[in-house]
Amino acid sequence: MTEILRIEGLQKRFGGLVATDNVTLDVHTGEIHALIGPNGAGKSTLINQLCGELRQDAGVIHLAGRDISHMPAHERVDLGLGRTFQVTSLLEDFTVRENVGLAVQARDGGNFRVFDRVTARRSVWEETDHLLAGSLLNDRRDSRAADLSHGEKKQLELILALATQPRLLLLDEPMAGLGHVETQQMIETLSGLRGELSMLLVEHDMEAVFALADRISVLVYGQIIMTGTADEVRSDPRVREAYLGTEDA
Amino acid sequence: MRKLILPVLLIAIFALMPLIAELVGKNALMTLSARILMYAMAAASLNLILGYGGMVSFGHAAYFGVGAYVVGILYSHWMSEVPIFGLFPGSNQLLVTLPIAMIVSGLAALLIGALSLRTGGVQFIMITLAFAQMIFFLFVSLTAYGGEDGIIIRRANAVPGLNMRDKTTVYYVILVVAVLYFAWLWRVVNSSFGQVLKGIRQNERRMEAMGIATFRYKLYAFVLAGMGAGLAGALMANFLRFTSPDMMHWTKSGELIIMVILGGLGTFFGPILGAAAFLILEFYLADWTEHWQLGLGIILLLVVLFTKGGILGAVDRLKGGRQ
Ligand SMILES: Nc1ncnc2c1ncn2[C@@H]1O[C@H](COP(=O)(O)OP(=O)(O)O)[C@@H](O)[C@H]1O
Ligand SMILES: [Mg+2]
Repeated sequence: MTEILRIEGLQKRFGGLVATDNVTLDVHTGEIHALIGPNGAGKSTLINQLCGELRQDAGVIHLAGRDISHMPAHERVDLGLGRTFQVTSLLEDFTVRENVGLAVQARDGGNFRVFDRVTARRSVWEETDHLLAGSLLNDRRDSRAADLSHGEKKQLELILALATQPRLLLLDEPMAGLGHVETQQMIETLSGLRGELSMLLVEHDMEAVFALADRISVLVYGQIIMTGTADEVRSDPRVREAYLGTEDA
Repeated sequence: MRKLILPVLLIAIFALMPLIAELVGKNALMTLSARILMYAMAAASLNLILGYGGMVSFGHAAYFGVGAYVVGILYSHWMSEVPIFGLFPGSNQLLVTLPIAMIVSGLAALLIGALSLRTGGVQFIMITLAFAQMIFFLFVSLTAYGGEDGIIIRRANAVPGLNMRDKTTVYYVILVVAVLYFAWLWRVVNSSFGQVLKGIRQNERRMEAMGIATFRYKLYAFVLAGMGAGLAGALMANFLRFTSPDMMHWTKSGELIIMVILGGLGTFFGPILGAAAFLILEFYLADWTEHWQLGLGIILLLVVLFTKGGILGAVDRLKGGRQ
């Protein structure tokens, strides 16, 4: 299997607005595939259909050759589809460690047990501590998620997604709102994951996109107007007009 | 060790209440104390879904009433020796009636939960209220079981080896069941499932993204909560030796919510303190003025406005601790 994700003819309308317009796209196994496009182009809407939060009006989604078009969101997670949210979506009252612990537990199973002690699940907490030890949040493990800085919340978003051990990670603007240093750290973290999993990376930060992406697709008004390498995208006049030109100005 | 102080203290107080009531010559104190225990159980079961799970069910008294009716109906069939639906014999054995009360109220919760948990917010509040009202009117219309007047249970259910005609014995039976219930609940809220439930309250979307089919977990919690309320109601039927549709009136559901909020949403001991505060206030304010509910309303308002986190929240803040 060379394609981890294949989307064909995906369509989503909100009333009269066509938010996803006949999108066909694939992500190769091991690839970092960036999805760029102006605000309101339909990037988040696409991600939400892929992870099952939104149901498409038409079209099919294949994950590793399997049709997941009508599968509920939680089952897609079991098949190895992970995602981060554009607007961070955490368990705000839990500590960082509890957030990650619950993500690990959710994957590990036994979630209906009412007579065990969650603090005594050794393998869960060992894996949690291992995940945290290799992250930028190690010193913040006992802070409440609500007390984290924006950058730290973005890091936690990523760790929570990784805790589900995804084969394909859908990243919805992981650098949004980050400062320069934090952006560099996020780029490093993501490029450190290269080869371990495939990614569909929605991002506005072009420096990050060009640093990370193997291929780039450009989404404008719900349509993919081109897919290519960084150089091809950079030199494409339609892209310059629709996107890069206005961004640079 | 410090964690054990509060439960041990609470058990000691409740265990001594019959003696204290006798010492001060005020039998009503034992009745009050028993009511606190049973309402604490019902409120704690509601707290499982409301406080830990974030599900604002406005029909929780329905399960309380169903549990009470199971005791009443089993008793009346045991008296008349007519099997229920011509199939099952009645019973006056507490060790039989309590489990059946839990099963039946759990099934009611399963049905109602399955039909209402797909919704959220105000819609969920209204649907749970509507179902509870349907059950209320169902029992009002059941003339075979007393209709509006309910069922009189001439004797509390029997327990082998105990004299259940003695009020004090019944009181201690209630205390033992309550302690067992809270011990069980303690395990639940600290279990793997409890952790998932707390996660769902904070952010259902995140839990779905972790691969959790949140509906099933909410339904499971809903059923467990219904069973707990049914158990409390079954005890209440034994204690009052009476059951009527009033026990599942929507105002009772409201009272349970008030107890949970008063004590501190999503805190383990909150419902006990909330039930105690509510019933003690009712006890003394009702003596003092017939408009006691106004006084209670004002106190509730103050608690909600100024303590944030109910009685337990206020205590924590006084201790300078973090909640
Ligand atoms: N739930 C919704 N209902 C109606 N319109 C929506 C909804 N979600 C997104 N939209 C609209 O769809 C378009 C695409 O939005 P979105 O996918 O968030 O864009 P992007 O992530 O590329 O900025 C926007 O015009 C947005 O207003
Ligand atoms: Mg977006």
